[in-house]
Amino acid sequence: MSRSIKKGPYVDEKLYTKVSKMNEGGRKQVIKTWSRRSMILPDFVGHTLAVHNGKVFINVFVTENMVGHKLGEFAVTRSFKSHGISNK
Amino acid sequence: MPRIMGIDIPGRKRIGYSLRYIYGIGPARAEEIITKLGIDPALRADDLSSEQITAIAGLLQEQYTVEGDLRRETQSNIRRLISIGSYRGMRHRRGLPVRGQRTKTNARTRKGGKRTIGSVRGKEARAAAKAALKK
Repeated sequence: MSRSIKKGPYVDEKLYTKVSKMNEGGRKQVIKTWSRRSMILPDFVGHTLAVHNGKVFINVFVTENMVGHKLGEFAVTRSFKSHGISNK
Repeated sequence: MPRIMGIDIPGRKRIGYSLRYIYGIGPARAEEIITKLGIDPALRADDLSSEQITAIAGLLQEQYTVEGDLRRETQSNIRRLISIGSYRGMRHRRGLPVRGQRTKTNARTRKGGKRTIGSVRGKEARAAAKAALKK
């Protein structure tokens, strides 16, 4: 079930304050975040966020098309293994 | 066989049913169209007057996206998901189920027919298998 519109988008408080501070200061810096569950807001566009995938941080450059998706969608948590054919 | 919007030719059935042959129109929308235009639901598609057909075509053009336009819209949505590098886009690219279904078994609709996978032994056999996979 999708989230109620009444509540508005969910964004981790800490992440949001960090981004809005950067927007005020006009700085651009990679923000490390574990908050995969946060929705990407229009404010985030143009920033690079390092999203944790459980092991390492994956740099995600936020573009306009990504607004409305969650951060976790852009940092894959699984490694894809296939049988037989190795790359060696 | 009446033609609606050029391509679609629903058969000798009641209109509520034959309208569903148009891509993008299911039971709900077919009924909606009939009630909106005040067409007798018992009427067969063949027995529609030409005015009724043009009325249906006009309504479709104005208020619904059907056929080519709808297909294009769906395709562009998928392309968007792929281009932004999201998880869903990746699943589309790989031809795997997108909405979290299991893939240990089943998922045959997305994955296509059964392919037996085993380890390929030996350098030459591996190279051959790789070439075959690329095709």
